Amino acid sequence: MAISAGDIHARIPQYEDLNLYMKRSGYDVYNNLCRQGDFEAVQQKLLDAGIRGLGGAGFPTGRKWAFVRAEPGPRYLAVNGDEGEPGTFKDRFYLERYPHVFLEGMLIAAWAVEAERCFIYMRDEYPAVLEILRREIAALEAAGLVVPGYIELRRGAGAYICGEESAMIESIEGKRGLPRHRPPFVAQVGLFGRPTLVNNVETLYWVARVLREGPEILSGVEKNGRKGLRSYSVSGRVAQPGVYLLPAGSTIRDIIAVAGGMAEGHVFKAYQPGGPSSGLLPATLDDVPLDFDTLQPHGSFIGSAAVVVLSQQDSARAAALNMLRFFEDESCGQCTPCRTGCEKAVKLMQAPRWDRDLLEDLCQTMADASICGLGQAAPNPIRLVMRHFPDEV
Amino acid sequence: MQVKDMRPFPDGTPPKVFTKSPMVKKAREGVMEFLLINHPLDCPICDQGGECDLQDQAMAYGVDFSRFREPKRASEDLNLGPLVETHMTRCISCTRCVRFTSEVAGVAVMGQTGRGEDAEITTYLGALIESEMQGNIVDLCPVGALTNKPYAFTARPWELRKTETVDVMDALGSNIRVDVKGREVMRILPRNHDGVNEEWISDKTRYVWDGLRRQRLDRPYLRVDGRLKPVSWAEALAAAAAALKGRRVAALAGDLAPVEAIFALRELVAGHGGRTECRLDGAALPAGDRAGYVGTARIEDIDTAERILLVGTNPRIEAPVLNARIRKAWLAGAEVTLVGPQADLTYDVHHAGPGRVALADLMAKGWEKGIADRRSLVIVGHGALRDADGAAVLATARKLADETQSGLLLLHTVAARVGAMDVGFTTEGGLTAALDGAETVYALGVDEIDIPAGPFVIYQGSHGDRGAHRADVILPAAAWTEENGLFVNTLPFDSLAQLRRRLVAEVPHLARIDEVPENAGAAPAAGKLGAGDFAPAIRDFWLTNPIARASPLMGEMASLWAARGLKVAAE
Repeated sequence: MAISAGDIHARIPQYEDLNLYMKRSGYDVYNNLCRQGDFEAVQQKLLDAGIRGLGGAGFPTGRKWAFVRAEPGPRYLAVNGDEGEPGTFKDRFYLERYPHVFLEGMLIAAWAVEAERCFIYMRDEYPAVLEILRREIAALEAAGLVVPGYIELRRGAGAYICGEESAMIESIEGKRGLPRHRPPFVAQVGLFGRPTLVNNVETLYWVARVLREGPEILSGVEKNGRKGLRSYSVSGRVAQPGVYLLPAGSTIRDIIAVAGGMAEGHVFKAYQPGGPSSGLLPATLDDVPLDFDTLQPHGSFIGSAAVVVLSQQDSARAAALNMLRFFEDESCGQCTPCRTGCEKAVKLMQAPRWDRDLLEDLCQTMADASICGLGQAAPNPIRLVMRHFPDEV
Repeated sequence: MQVKDMRPFPDGTPPKVFTKSPMVKKAREGVMEFLLINHPLDCPICDQGGECDLQDQAMAYGVDFSRFREPKRASEDLNLGPLVETHMTRCISCTRCVRFTSEVAGVAVMGQTGRGEDAEITTYLGALIESEMQGNIVDLCPVGALTNKPYAFTARPWELRKTETVDVMDALGSNIRVDVKGREVMRILPRNHDGVNEEWISDKTRYVWDGLRRQRLDRPYLRVDGRLKPVSWAEALAAAAAALKGRRVAALAGDLAPVEAIFALRELVAGHGGRTECRLDGAALPAGDRAGYVGTARIEDIDTAERILLVGTNPRIEAPVLNARIRKAWLAGAEVTLVGPQADLTYDVHHAGPGRVALADLMAKGWEKGIADRRSLVIVGHGALRDADGAAVLATARKLADETQSGLLLLHTVAARVGAMDVGFTTEGGLTAALDGAETVYALGVDEIDIPAGPFVIYQGSHGDRGAHRADVILPAAAWTEENGLFVNTLPFDSLAQLRRRLVAEVPHLARIDEVPENAGAAPAAGKLGAGDFAPAIRDFWLTNPIARASPLMGEMASLWAARGLKVAAE
């Protein structure tokens, strides 16, 4: 149908192009910094605002920049736009609306670490975003804001693992996307063996906004003892799924409320706070602020804030199995605990009754011995379902 | 199990590493159990049995049961050609083979496809590996997934007698171990020597052994009425002695002869006032000037070189392992310039030109000008030295090396040459002068040149090849795996005595095993360069000597290469 109708190109949404952005004094911050920027001051502003890596790891952005900056050049900047965690679509949300806020943030980051080049590793499943970036990078070059070729747009090929920063770097280098051992960290030995700053798209979006509008836009918001704002990608059994910008201390109840409540006929049962790797939490844990550091005591984490809401019509057991099937597919195959562990976990989870001791043993080995976060976090759904939904397994 | 982070703490205290704690033990058992989930338990029929890393690890750290009852992963075997056999169900996805072929051998044909449990080692579209070093992946494979195809199912490692020796297939002198069952060579493996071959050997080195069993000269022959006829040793030796006595004798040393044999032959012929010559390919190697026929640098110097100039050589086929070392330098940032026939060397080269004009040009412009503090190397191959102006080419290259403070390496193509040069097995004027007016030619394993009609030829060698066909008397001899002897690259090795005492008295550096003699000496004035291009030194990598030519496997590889039109073979 779509092919015969010739409908084979991405529909480009209305977005703020370079002209519109310049009209609201876009790139003034960047140009000022290039002229007479003070890195220390910029770093202080980011630390004041409390910006942390929004790809999921939550590392303070200002400190990361300082680490990379302290390494001998040449240095590179790589933007992680792979956004592969199922349920996450916040980067897409911002890129399809305000691409230049992100691009300015990226150029500021490149300025801060004196990067020789910028690589944007963009998820190929976002054709509209790719087209927008292609157009707008060309516009930036035409406007003389960046040297042609300084920003290189790279397309991912749909591998979840390439959202892991070192695997992404391997992929940009043209190799098979396999995570690297650390140390050395990518801040020391990254892209093409050089110190590399890797930031998430949304992080850079907020960098630009904080430097334009002041740290108060983040540090001025406080809820449940948590400061800042969080872009929750909400999906599942809610009435209005979408990206919602809420205070960082919001609980799952706040999020369901802002997403229009539960969908018709559904009763809230469980939720993923940050994609499958954060596991599954029960509705009874509805008073926890969904922010960095608050979910760790519960064996979970906020990650990229991909909130998926499940209802009484869903089986926690089936959900966990689904997540492990995803990890089984997406395990890169480099290390044995993850490669074999995910596959065997799927087999064990298909049994009518889970062998809980054996699964726990498997989970422990995977969490201890896997190279990267994929294998280390893959047991989370198994463990949390065994803990919170014991009657289903 | 590997230690995650061995760096000292910020205050300098070294980390404490526990290798036997209960946690480590449990983790080891866990990983072993994982590895064995998909690994078939077919050790009794696996060629790796007895020398298998996984088997050893399982013995040391594994448990004797598995908690998984599910079917094992299955995968199809690859066809990697006649050298490497595959059993991919045994693969544990360590990707060492991928890393070796892409990083060391420099062919990007192997890879891993698929993710997770579907990850499989494969070659690009099922292509064969076009490398002269692919056999090394057999050694690298920690399990029995990649095994030695010609050796398959012929012996167990504990049945083999292991002899450490050096290789003679090229002039690198790779350190090897020859494994023997009964009286037959079953396989050849590399030994580690960081100064020569690191831990690699070429496929010709590894797989040539079937040539040792075929076409062997097992008894003396004498040409009677134009036909070679088997005779007794006494008859053959009498005929040879008669041919030597009172006649003008020229002795030629071939490509695979050890120093001792060459030295003894020189003593024998010198007693009769005869002439000797080893430079059979006509290369203009300066007699008595070690800096000129070996060079001034060591093989290891390639590692640290920042600029390398290749003159008239294709190291990929003349010495594949040395080529891998140049590639290593290139990976570390060295720039490589080539003067000579263009070839795919597995790394980027700046091709300055095909021959003498380019060399003269580099000389005039100054290759290296202004960057004399950088480490640089000039590697000269035999392709550049064989023509009439060979001496001039060599002198030019030496001058270039001198002026740029570069090291000089002469890349020989055959194992016997440097040793023969060391014992002074030369005649002023080269091969033509040596053969001029000769009534008898004593050919010690001479198979690469045609001895002109006329003189009586005594051939001593191991294989019934070209040299034996021309012979009037054939004295069968041992091949290099069967005798004690020295071969000199830039590193002399020693093992035997007696005759050697005189040898050492005359050529003292032959006694210093494992040391590289320092060669110094000013370059002679450069003569006039000709104008032509350098010719390749080797035409067919797989068939450079009688042993290789006797090997059916080498023949198969040569025809495979030729059929695929591989440049390496054709050039």
